[in-house]
Amino acid sequence: MSSELRGNLVALNTIVYREVRRFTRIWPQTLLPPAITMVLYFVIFGNLIGRQIGDMGGFTYMEYIVPGLIMMSVITNSYGNVVSSFFGSKFQRSIEELMVSPVSPHTILIGYTLGGVLRGLAVGVIVTLLSLFFTHLQVHHLGVTVLVVLLTATIFSLLGFINAVFARNFDDISIIPTFVLTPLTYLGGVFYSINLLPPFWQTVSLANPVLHMVNSFRYGILGVSDIRIGVAISFMLVATAVLYVGCVRLLVSGRGMRS
Amino acid sequence: MSSALSIRQLTKTYGNGFQALKGIDLDVAEGDFFALLGPNGAGKSTTIGILSTLVNKTSGTVKVFGHDLDREPAALKRCLGVVPQEFNFNQFEKTFDIVVTQAGYYGIPSKVAKARAEQYLTQLGLWDKRNVPSRSLSGGMKRRLMIARALVHEPRLLILDEPTAGVDIELRRSMWSFLTELNEQGITIILTTHYLEEAEQLCRNIGIIDHGTIVENTSMRKLLGSLHVETFLLDLKQELRQAPQLTGYPCRLISPHTLEVQVDKAMGITALFGQLALQNIEVQSLRNKTNRLEELFVSLVEKNLAKVAV
Repeated sequence: MSSELRGNLVALNTIVYREVRRFTRIWPQTLLPPAITMVLYFVIFGNLIGRQIGDMGGFTYMEYIVPGLIMMSVITNSYGNVVSSFFGSKFQRSIEELMVSPVSPHTILIGYTLGGVLRGLAVGVIVTLLSLFFTHLQVHHLGVTVLVVLLTATIFSLLGFINAVFARNFDDISIIPTFVLTPLTYLGGVFYSINLLPPFWQTVSLANPVLHMVNSFRYGILGVSDIRIGVAISFMLVATAVLYVGCVRLLVSGRGMRS
Repeated sequence: MSSALSIRQLTKTYGNGFQALKGIDLDVAEGDFFALLGPNGAGKSTTIGILSTLVNKTSGTVKVFGHDLDREPAALKRCLGVVPQEFNFNQFEKTFDIVVTQAGYYGIPSKVAKARAEQYLTQLGLWDKRNVPSRSLSGGMKRRLMIARALVHEPRLLILDEPTAGVDIELRRSMWSFLTELNEQGITIILTTHYLEEAEQLCRNIGIIDHGTIVENTSMRKLLGSLHVETFLLDLKQELRQAPQLTGYPCRLISPHTLEVQVDKAMGITALFGQLALQNIEVQSLRNKTNRLEELFVSLVEKNLAKVAV
């Protein structure tokens, strides 16, 4: 192994360790809120309202929404981790510690992305464990489940990174999650099957990338989906590659970091 | 002796059209303790920003120990440690973690990083603050933390951008002796400072930058040797009502007990005391009105200002 590669692996380990240390140190802000929110969703939507709704896609309403709610937590937390950590580094100028060091842009990006993925997965595991108090979960296709959750967390970590690079103030890091991410997630089939919608809105919904992620994950858990899994996973792989290249270019250009 | 830093025709024009650097050339030899001085906005921080890759240059070449900034940025960065003017560490991280994390960015394994962090934090008097969040450190401690962080990868060239700004005199002097020790160990140091006494005391060579150009680049000894006239303040034993007539020594009375006298090097100071004794004026003590380097610095910057105005 070359000394440069070894150096970058140490740097990668350092960045990931620092990211994990950050979100575990402030666990009341990072790990606890999604747990509480999801328990409320399980109680109110799954239990109280769900009993009145009846079956959906051949499953109880609680069983149907659990995969969507797990994905919702993964999406918001992987995005939120990278956007707040990277923008925080820019705001405090501690990003300069990385910029003056010989760490490659790939290492920086992979480090931040892994930080986001790990927080997304940590919250996903917490929400999954909590859901077991309300319903019985059986994984239909483990490979699809793991692949989809990893790709989704990676995509939203990369998107969070782009948001952080362009953000100039704290408003800029809350606008996208509030006005883009939340609507796309709520309209992404977390709480309903798009088969309930009129044909026109079914077609419109297919343009929502979150719908493909939620449905692929639901397929992995329950074995039912509103969309074609192969297409959805291919889309996610392409999106990951495109976003990765875009993020590396942003880092090399030093946009928002170098004058 | 080989070159630690070589800058050729370095220019920087910011997006708003402001030309911060107008083609500077600068050489710093290995092992040197070099002062880069200049008034605010002269281009010092832009130069340091380019060296540390936080500012993109417009044109020109930069080499650190032969490593070209454009072709071998990673190798260049490994040779370089930078202590910036502004605090730029995570305010929520602990002191020890900041130094160890920085070592990790340079690919230094955790065990070695921890040992070095202990070494430098101890040397800089911060070891007992190792588990304290950095935001609770005093201003002087924060500056020392940035020095420890810049040293943890053992750079060959250390650049300090006003490291003693806002630091009390006792601490400033202990930092001077620490930096001198580092330099004696072979680390090349470039220092920017507004305390000219600091530059005069520590540095062997000096570059003065103003309006984006190097107006002087020479040895400290030569520069101070070019000072022809020094201004002294004499504290007098008796009160005077008006300034005495002193041949060859322009003077003025600042207060009844204080006389300001300009002394030309060619005239020397002995004759001045002779003339004062003849007029029965007794001198209790004397001091330089300003630091010698400060006089030169002001005169060079004023000359350059006149050129720029033309």
